[in-house]
Amino acid sequence: MSKILIRGAKVLGGEPQDVLIDGETIAEVGTGLSAEGATVVEAGGQILLPGLVDLHTHLREPGREDSETVLTGTRAAASGGYTSVFAMANTHPVADTAGVVEQVWRLGKESGYCDVQPIGAVTVGLEGEKLAELGAMHDSAAGVTVFSDDGKCVDDAVIMRRALEYVKAFGGVVAQHAQEPRLTEGAQMNEGIVSAELGLGGWPAVAEESIIARDVLLAEHVGSRVHICHLSTAGSVEIVRWAKSRGIDVTAEVTPHHLLLTDELVRSYNPVYKVNPPLRTEKDVLALREALADGTIDIVATDHAPHPHEDKDCEWAAAAMGMVGLETALSVVQQTMVETGLLDWAGVADRMSFAPARIGRATGHGRPVSAGEPANLTLVDPAYRGVVDPADFASRSRNTPYEGRELPGRVTHTFLRGRATVVDGKLA
Amino acid sequence: MMRHLISAADLTRDDAVLILDTAEEMARVADRPIKKLPTLRGRTICNLFFEDSTRTRISFEAAEKRLSADVINFAAKGSSVSKGESLKDTAQTLEAMGVDAVVIRHGASGAPYRLATSGWIDAPVVNAGDGTHQHPTQALLDAFTMRRRLVGRDTGLGQDLAGRRITLVGDVLHSRVARSNVDLLHTLGAEVTLVAPPTLVPVGVETWPCEVSYDLDAVLPKSDAVMMLRVQRERMNAAFFPTEREYSRRYGLDGERMAKMPEHAIVMHPGPMVRGMEITAEVADSDRCTVVEQVANGVSVRMAVLYLLLGGSEPAVTTTTPAARTEENK
Amino acid sequence: MDTQLDPRQYGDDARPVLEGPDIARVLTRIAHEIVERAKGADDVVLLGIPTRGVFLARRLAEKLASITGTKIPVGSLDITMYRDDLRMRPARAIGRTEIPADGIDGRLVVLVDDVLFSGRTIRAALDALGDIGRPRAVQLAVLVDRGHRELPIRADYVGKNLPTSLRETVKVLLAEEDGRDTVLLGSKPAS
Repeated sequence: MSKILIRGAKVLGGEPQDVLIDGETIAEVGTGLSAEGATVVEAGGQILLPGLVDLHTHLREPGREDSETVLTGTRAAASGGYTSVFAMANTHPVADTAGVVEQVWRLGKESGYCDVQPIGAVTVGLEGEKLAELGAMHDSAAGVTVFSDDGKCVDDAVIMRRALEYVKAFGGVVAQHAQEPRLTEGAQMNEGIVSAELGLGGWPAVAEESIIARDVLLAEHVGSRVHICHLSTAGSVEIVRWAKSRGIDVTAEVTPHHLLLTDELVRSYNPVYKVNPPLRTEKDVLALREALADGTIDIVATDHAPHPHEDKDCEWAAAAMGMVGLETALSVVQQTMVETGLLDWAGVADRMSFAPARIGRATGHGRPVSAGEPANLTLVDPAYRGVVDPADFASRSRNTPYEGRELPGRVTHTFLRGRATVVDGKLA
Repeated sequence: MMRHLISAADLTRDDAVLILDTAEEMARVADRPIKKLPTLRGRTICNLFFEDSTRTRISFEAAEKRLSADVINFAAKGSSVSKGESLKDTAQTLEAMGVDAVVIRHGASGAPYRLATSGWIDAPVVNAGDGTHQHPTQALLDAFTMRRRLVGRDTGLGQDLAGRRITLVGDVLHSRVARSNVDLLHTLGAEVTLVAPPTLVPVGVETWPCEVSYDLDAVLPKSDAVMMLRVQRERMNAAFFPTEREYSRRYGLDGERMAKMPEHAIVMHPGPMVRGMEITAEVADSDRCTVVEQVANGVSVRMAVLYLLLGGSEPAVTTTTPAARTEENK
Repeated sequence: MDTQLDPRQYGDDARPVLEGPDIARVLTRIAHEIVERAKGADDVVLLGIPTRGVFLARRLAEKLASITGTKIPVGSLDITMYRDDLRMRPARAIGRTEIPADGIDGRLVVLVDDVLFSGRTIRAALDALGDIGRPRAVQLAVLVDRGHRELPIRADYVGKNLPTSLRETVKVLLAEEDGRDTVLLGSKPAS
């Protein structure tokens, strides 16, 4: 295998160093490394991070290949600096059997752009009634460790309790989509000042917070770990903070869009801003940033949710919920967390690589940038400024809320086990 | 220049007064032997109704015909819409047929705003009621009715509703009429009070330019006009209130309550009334109740809106198009 | 000459062609002509075309009343909605139409306007009248006839014939609206 020398990169934002990749692993990290026999990548002071890990991606295959496939989704992931993504289970058919998760896992292997770790459904058909064969999915070639009915909440307290208990046998974790269903019937956007004015069905914060409160108490009671998907309110932050202070084994994620956007945008009635959980208020956004900085929220996860044009080019109520995020996540985190001084690049590496890999037990990902580790790496140019143009996306879908917005930073190179998947900002 | 009428909140005080004054002139046409003006001859207006609403549709149709426009009525039921055609495709089809303006009623809040701002069509859009968002011509006809009754038909010309105390009672949460009225009445200088059980007031109401009360009896003696909003019986099943009887007892308007209102005060209702629920027959049939007038005034007000938006090469109403309200402040 | 004139509105060289006393005099003459031709003005209804035609109609009605000793019904007829150039200009506020209580059926309607020019306003007024009733006859009184007719329309009573070029403007100012009585002839401001 060939050698690659990344010269003059600020590893995790530190002093410039050289990183030599030999084959699939990092051979040496230091200064003044010999370039002999190696392809040289001049980093020129760009930031070198461990390959990013996304614990929450919708790849849509099987079933909705019109919006995304494993191949297009992993190309988008590589473009965004990711080397590993966890694929959510709400496909058609639902990933609730060993057969479906193995199919997704195999498609990921074939794509070659990014490792794909399938997430298994907690309940059969995401219907919240009967546990899916969690053990069989874990024992399959896909080796599933994260289980989620994402898109739907496991709202039955008994089913949730059993799932939390059951996955302990093989070190699994349940990732909860916290949304009390009765409180969100007909809900279209965050319930508050803007929803009152626009006459759109309100989605109260308490619908999320009440489920989180219940689930951390369940996790404590049965001694399991629980992961909270896309936490979106200031109140949720308080509950998770309290749970952690009690020693409850809870982890939580926040999406890039909840770190930047607010429900004021819904005044445009443009469904590109329609998402589940909904965009909240300024106060929530600030609380989420602070919680991500202090570690109350462990990770950033994209909730990358591709939808075809026609599902967004319509009236608000008829539109699908969700936004693509893989290709803009790092830029949004740079803008909201790094440039605000809330997080340094080592912190970014933790929230977007180390911690998600740890929660999802993604072997070979989220490792330190040091000799002997797998060469899963992302090189970022933080000085870059560009306007988001969805036409540039590798994703099959274009439903980004950032179209026309200037965001900082750009992934210039991504390496998956020593192989460049992105070179000079372009897919290899 | 305002090309569309989407929300009562888009109207300035001067725009609203111009519409009301124009409507007074339009009302005179109804008194003539030939109730027709040639103003919109050769223009085609489509009434695009995705929701059943016979009375609003007929009112717009009467207004359009009195202005000599050609009228196409498009009801979504039984059309290609029920076969899955999108709002965008329907609108573009109509425009391709040469429609000069679209009057739209839609069950989804924001559908008219989308139609007007998404670049799907060029034609002016008039909102005839969208979901639980807005119903601006209803608010205008209500303000017209109030101005006539409380200020005077001739003395009202050029005037707003400064200092008038208007009370809206009922299902504010699900009411586009309430939202439009609060916006317009505030613009016209009136003091608005909403009265409803707390379950039927939206979270976030605190930023609206009005007062909120849960006590109808306390508000009635201080009201120049009381507008009763329709309360659908089905709301009871979603636990918004326990029973019809209890709702009527606490928030319904009967003769005894009406007697607490000042002598000059009027009772309004956007219709259709649920007699025995929010209003008793005694009140509905009294001289103080303006329901029938409101219907007649609706035609005049809609004529005024259509004339001012479509009568010239450019609209006479001066506000901007619905603001591109997409900016956020971070 | 007159510092109140706004050159942007009337042209730099606007000059009066009729002054207050002239206007009073011609209105008196028109009133007499109406009485003479209508043989007593018993069934005359005066309808002014907003804005200034309405003031002229009211002045004429007073003069007719003082000549005949009877009250002459006077009203207004707004023709905005009947114009043939609506779509060439921004939509404009409409004026008041006020028909006297007894209506116009079988009466002699005298339309009153300030300036007769292309004749299109009077064409619109005749259309509007047709939607209101059926007069015995319709006549037209104008303060100034400046020529350049585009339609086969003529005035029955003319205060002053004023030959003009198309580059010129004629503006009637009346005390009720403008604070003073005068008719100005000017040149069109360069556009």
